Amino acid sequence: MTWWHRLFHRRKNEEELEKELCFHLDLHTSDLIAEGYSPDEARRQARLSLGGPEQVKEMCRDARGTRWLGDLLQDLRYGARMLLKAPGFTAVAVLVLALGIGGNTAIFSLVNSILLRQLPFRQPEQLVWVSARRPDPGKYSFTLPDFIDYRDQNQSLAGIAAYANWSANLTDRGDPERLQGLRISANAFQMLGVESVAGRALLPADDTPGQERVVVLSYGLWQRRFGAEPQVVGRRLTLNGVSYTVVGVLPPQFFFPIREAELAIPLAPDADPWRGVRTSVNFLRALARLKPGVTREQAEADLTAVAQRLRQQYPVANAQKLGVALSPLHEEVVANFRLALWVLLGAVGVVLLMTCANLANLALARAAARHREMAIRAALGATRRRLIQQLVTESLLLALLGGGVGLLLAFYGIDLLLALSPASLPRAAEVGVDFRVLGFTLALALLAGVIFGLAPAWQATRVSLNEGLKKSGHGAGGARPDGVRSLLVVSEIALSLVLLVGAGLLVKSFHRLQAVNPGFEAGNVLAVRLSLPKAQYPNRAAATAFYEKLRPRLESLPGVETVGVVSALPLSGVLASIPFTIEGRAAAPDEALRADYRLVSTDYFRALRIPLIAGRELDERDTAQTTSVAVISQDLARRYWPQGSPLGARMRIDDNDQGPRLVEIVGVVGDVKHLSLDGEPAPHIYLPARQTHEDAVVWLTNNQYWLLRTAVDPLTLSAAVRREIQAVDREVPASSIRTMEQYLAASVAPRRFNLWLLTVFAGAALVLAGTGLYGVISCGVAQRRREIGIRMALGAQAGDVLKLVIGQGLALSGVGVALGLVAALALTRVMKSLLFGVSATDPLTFMAIALLLMFVALLACYLPARRATKVDPMTALRSE
Amino acid sequence: MTPAKSDLPQGTLDLLILKVVALGPVHGYAIAQRLQQVSRGVVQVPQGSLYPALHRLENRGLLAADWKATETGREAKFYRLTRKGRAQLETEAAGWQRLTEAVSLVLNMSEGGAK
Repeated sequence: MTWWHRLFHRRKNEEELEKELCFHLDLHTSDLIAEGYSPDEARRQARLSLGGPEQVKEMCRDARGTRWLGDLLQDLRYGARMLLKAPGFTAVAVLVLALGIGGNTAIFSLVNSILLRQLPFRQPEQLVWVSARRPDPGKYSFTLPDFIDYRDQNQSLAGIAAYANWSANLTDRGDPERLQGLRISANAFQMLGVESVAGRALLPADDTPGQERVVVLSYGLWQRRFGAEPQVVGRRLTLNGVSYTVVGVLPPQFFFPIREAELAIPLAPDADPWRGVRTSVNFLRALARLKPGVTREQAEADLTAVAQRLRQQYPVANAQKLGVALSPLHEEVVANFRLALWVLLGAVGVVLLMTCANLANLALARAAARHREMAIRAALGATRRRLIQQLVTESLLLALLGGGVGLLLAFYGIDLLLALSPASLPRAAEVGVDFRVLGFTLALALLAGVIFGLAPAWQATRVSLNEGLKKSGHGAGGARPDGVRSLLVVSEIALSLVLLVGAGLLVKSFHRLQAVNPGFEAGNVLAVRLSLPKAQYPNRAAATAFYEKLRPRLESLPGVETVGVVSALPLSGVLASIPFTIEGRAAAPDEALRADYRLVSTDYFRALRIPLIAGRELDERDTAQTTSVAVISQDLARRYWPQGSPLGARMRIDDNDQGPRLVEIVGVVGDVKHLSLDGEPAPHIYLPARQTHEDAVVWLTNNQYWLLRTAVDPLTLSAAVRREIQAVDREVPASSIRTMEQYLAASVAPRRFNLWLLTVFAGAALVLAGTGLYGVISCGVAQRRREIGIRMALGAQAGDVLKLVIGQGLALSGVGVALGLVAALALTRVMKSLLFGVSATDPLTFMAIALLLMFVALLACYLPARRATKVDPMTALRSE
Repeated sequence: MTPAKSDLPQGTLDLLILKVVALGPVHGYAIAQRLQQVSRGVVQVPQGSLYPALHRLENRGLLAADWKATETGREAKFYRLTRKGRAQLETEAAGWQRLTEAVSLVLNMSEGGAK
């Protein structure tokens, strides 16, 4: 007989068992009668020698192998009945579990899709990120000639691809639009193993000089701008005034290394005018695929050998380029979010653990009420294991229900998380529920069920028959809340303290960050990003003409106070830096000075309210005909003129093909945080846009931010600004119109995301700890009614009773807080890199959180304590 | 519930049952009586542990059972040995034989023999 056969013959088996034992008893009885016993005595003797028939049956069922299945069905039926009988408890438990499990599932699906799942490329473990190593620990990009040398001279790579920021004005087909894109080695897609969804991806041949200009679109752009028509392949697009042929559309889950990028054109390095300029900008980032069997270390050594050869060959240009570092591509993609995601998963896991502890507490209270039921079952022959099995089945049923509802919640939770997530979150398009997530949820539900089911089951089945049966239904238990429940509450308080401290540290970091002076005043500034089509604005004269036309129009808009222009806006993510030397200052042998490079119009500093420290601002005096001048940042001044004044000193800046040119320093302005609020200010050189070298004019036409300081809400001016731009040139798109405050907010968005989530989890933990403590204390008060009654009869006052109950609660909380502080000291260290301006063991935060928890504990104890003082001694004494 | 207490060494009950059943199909009560008689009352087999043992052996495929009428016309569950059960009986019996011989050898050892 197979097990399922037996299962479905359960009834028959039961009947046969009954029949078999009956036969035995009858035969034995008649034998005893034959021996001379009276029929009654014979029957009694026969029963005695067989043992209790129910117990024998139970043992026989045990002896049959499929026992557990039958039991399981029985337990499930019984469990379901018990849960239906207590709909309130069931609903609360399922809901709380669903929230806990749903939260975990949602966060885990982020962790799973972003951190655990491999990148959606062919053999992703071979893919590496390539960066140049210099004396400092940073990761540096490459110049075009360096990249070509690494590509041609390495022995260890199956392929290497470089990419760089590239943006384009799309001017045909409807409104002109500014698109973010990139130039990328045309072999990149084959190297990664990316298939197009329409047409083809770029092919290595596209990089060959003299090819037709081609472009591939991202899936998002194809959907958004081209209505997902497949006919887009083969169509011609005008980008920056030049015609390109669309050859294909990339798949939806493909993301460019520059996340906002929506289209890509071939890098075509061998046709690039910069291919021979060793001193050109390090603007290329690179990724590579290792040859099969080559380790990362071997490839690193191979590429570093190339770097060293180049250093010997070009001692000046490559002086600082010591070698090459390789890191796994996946690691690099998720680097900024790895720690935060794990911390969040840990936090939400702790919340679930606390949910389990609370449910266990609740179930313990119920278990006390079910003491008699257990005693009766035990008397009827149930083993302790069997009882525990039954109770755990009940809690598992509850947990699975919670898990099911939680999974539904998780789908919404994922959407919510993605909606709140910062734009820089990588692989967001891939986030979803897969089998691993489903498995995780199921495992979590089962684990939760066992965790919160086992303790009460253990407790409830610790019955001695007589005691359990004798007790009236009032619930068992001694006078004090028992050990298990106290332990649960203490651990809950400790856990919630850890989460609260974590959240507290993030809150404090965030405040510190918001208090950081970015170096400019962000309020009431509108920033409009423009880029002038290269074809129509090939030189400085054309760019200046555009400026001269647009500026008065914007200045005359009502509400506009000051208008300024800059080539790279702080916190916009746009980078630009150049090498420079200082006249009359001998450079150290390995020294290569670099500074951030900004072309600015008159009034730029005033528009952003960047303070002038010394000298003068750049203004109308500085024209193409006058001496070339520069304003430098305070940081730069302090570094190279620690004592004297830089005013009047001259620098050679290298921003053109003809070689370094001389500029005179006429002013010093305050430092500006360019990359992020938590970073150090970088040295800046500001040059008047009117004196831009013809070779550098591309810096300005390609990228210019117009800043409008306004007297009104800046966003109310957007439409008017757009209109004025169109009036000057219909071909110039102004797609990005944002306030400076929005740039500030975006720069702290990842922190805000972590902060928000961790605070929610910590809040949940606080509520759970409070209700847990409340539950245990109220239950203790209910159990101690008699004792309290006696105390009051003997003259205890309400105050004494209050003190008694609250004292007990606070003692528990105190232990929890102490344990939590120790745990927090150990654990907050891991989140060090998420903090800013506050130490991981900030005593103030620790103290404040401990006080907060003690206060909540006091509150949680006060209510039941109040109830205890209302105990009427007479009723309490009589009720037993 | 009290666990089955038997003076029988662990596992011996199964061996005895197999031996009794090997003599021919037999029902539970008869097995109990046969054990009692054959062991001359020395071995107390608590009847409560007899049936669980029977069911366990049936479950392991060492015994098979059929419902048949007794002489009195009542239906009873008759156990018989399966081929697997017979093999098991032989190995266990041989093992028991070896064990008892070894034990009695040790017990009969003279004081001097130990040197």
